[in-house]
Amino acid sequence: MLTFTLRRLLTAIPTLLLISLVIFLLVDLAPGSPLSDVPLTVPPEVRQKMLEAMGADQPVLVRYLLWLKQFFWIEPLYGIDALFGTDFAQGAQRIISWQSKMPVMDTIGERLPQTLTVVGTAYLIGVLIALPIGIYSAYRQYSWFDQAGTFFAMAGFSVPTFFTGNILILIFAVNLGWFPTIYDTNLEVVDWASFKQMLAQMALPVMVLALFNAAEISRYTRSSVLENLGQDYVRTARAKGMGEGKVVLKHVLRNSLIPVVTVIALGLPTVFGGAIVTEQIFKINGIGAMLIGAINVSDLPTVQTVTFIFAVLIVMFNLIADILYGILDPRIRYD
Amino acid sequence: MTDTTLNIEKVRGPWADVWAQFRKHKGAMAALVMLGTLAIFCLLGPLVWRIDPNFIESDTVKMFKMRNQGPSFAHPLGTDQLGRDMLARMMFGGRISLAVGTVAMLVAIFIGTTVGVMAGYFRRIDGLLMRLTDLFLALPLLPLLLVMIFLFRDPIAGVLGPRLGTFLLIVMAIGLTSWMQAARVVRGEVLALKEREFVLAARSIGTPSRRIITRHILPNVLSPVLVAATLGIAAAIITESVLSFLGLGFPPDFPTWGRLLYDGIAEIRTYPERVLWPGLAISLTVLSVNYIGDGLRDALDPRIRGR
Repeated sequence: MLTFTLRRLLTAIPTLLLISLVIFLLVDLAPGSPLSDVPLTVPPEVRQKMLEAMGADQPVLVRYLLWLKQFFWIEPLYGIDALFGTDFAQGAQRIISWQSKMPVMDTIGERLPQTLTVVGTAYLIGVLIALPIGIYSAYRQYSWFDQAGTFFAMAGFSVPTFFTGNILILIFAVNLGWFPTIYDTNLEVVDWASFKQMLAQMALPVMVLALFNAAEISRYTRSSVLENLGQDYVRTARAKGMGEGKVVLKHVLRNSLIPVVTVIALGLPTVFGGAIVTEQIFKINGIGAMLIGAINVSDLPTVQTVTFIFAVLIVMFNLIADILYGILDPRIRYD
Repeated sequence: MTDTTLNIEKVRGPWADVWAQFRKHKGAMAALVMLGTLAIFCLLGPLVWRIDPNFIESDTVKMFKMRNQGPSFAHPLGTDQLGRDMLARMMFGGRISLAVGTVAMLVAIFIGTTVGVMAGYFRRIDGLLMRLTDLFLALPLLPLLLVMIFLFRDPIAGVLGPRLGTFLLIVMAIGLTSWMQAARVVRGEVLALKEREFVLAARSIGTPSRRIITRHILPNVLSPVLVAATLGIAAAIITESVLSFLGLGFPPDFPTWGRLLYDGIAEIRTYPERVLWPGLAISLTVLSVNYIGDGLRDALDPRIRGR
């Protein structure tokens, strides 16, 4: 298991490097200059100086290597410095956003908590809804509950989140006035009143995302439980007179959750992608909104860095899913 | 010579079996009717409802009177903020949405099947192609799609014109980022098929690889490809509407349902129906396509046929 983990970790490195190259080149080869928003009246010498100051006049390869060094070496050093008050980085140049002229990582650090609270809560609630639905649908296969569960799941991943989101806003925020339409990122939870306010503003985005996640996970749970219900050990357990509750919730559930856990791990990065849309609907000032904002003003360093962080998340959770699968299922041996 | 009449039932082809099984799936049949209705609405509707979806009254006074009308006999779904007929726009948008879904699916299936067959059949390039597939699976697709469309929209529109340019760009971008599942499924099937006797027989009489693939392999991977293709249409329509929703989709004079929804959001409080109709259309289409895919998967799986 340890060798497998190490080997997977090592193969993740070239994958990430390749992905970073693809992202960098795709963003870089695109037509359009970082100065396209600068007025045409600015004289060419000044434009040249601005390009030099941004480092945008260097060849692609140099900029790619510099960005790699900044991402994997300098930024972590700054991170350590910020944590322990040391001075390893010694003022080395960081990844600077062309739009705000601030280090990209600082902005990400500001934005990430918003995304994580909403996405994390939504995913947790989604899983909590999905598991009982999936288990009971499988246990009573072809019953009306199962049919309804199937429809719910189908509708969950067929109805786009931007549609459900806006309909929910219309019903609950505009007509009923229960929840605010816009997420206030400056809100700090200090007392009971602000906590309630936080819950109210999180309700709608979390509901939208949770519904979407629950749909997929409940399908996986259902098929996994179904597969296990037909196994011999279930018959044995029933034959020796064990109660149904114990058979299903103890024997079957444990075994069925193995693939579900990996699906949950694999699904997390996609949820971040889906959060881009949800953040746009509810005006949450998270990392997805940051990406959209950066794309709209051709802020290449921010776009490259945020996209690459998404890629890192995907590779990381793939790895976690693989390792979890190996740990949870003793039948799987990688060596 | 006896003259007993033989009551042999007519031999049914494989597709008749599939159809018989498919008809048992109530959800899929309902979805087929639903999708058929939507397709007729979009494709044949304009023959009956002959209002130009992009018609804006040139007389300003009249145009202002035409704006934001509620449902009436002249405009059953009302008019939008520029006085354009919403029913005509829904039909027009639906055609483009369906076209985007279909063409993007074809691109994705073409790439996916090619990569899958190549990887499954030729062992030498298997490793390389599967690494490529894994790499694509690890890419953050939505952000990359957004970047691709934002950066390449204007240059391509400059060459091919805004309509064709955007259409081709979006279709190619969606196709290029959604072929991986199909490739994996096809590769698995091909790996199993390659060891079967009929392929071995074909090879032993000296059939060249190209013909083995086209005559023996491809017809046998048709069913998983068909299922992947159906689900691919749904995914492509959703992706396109997400792009439109984020403002990186089609121009307003060449709208899709996603674009219509995006245009309606600005005034959702006063005119919620302008979000409701396109949203419902997208949801119903995708829901039907997914149900049909589900039914097809059941119908094409011989293990559960006849239950």
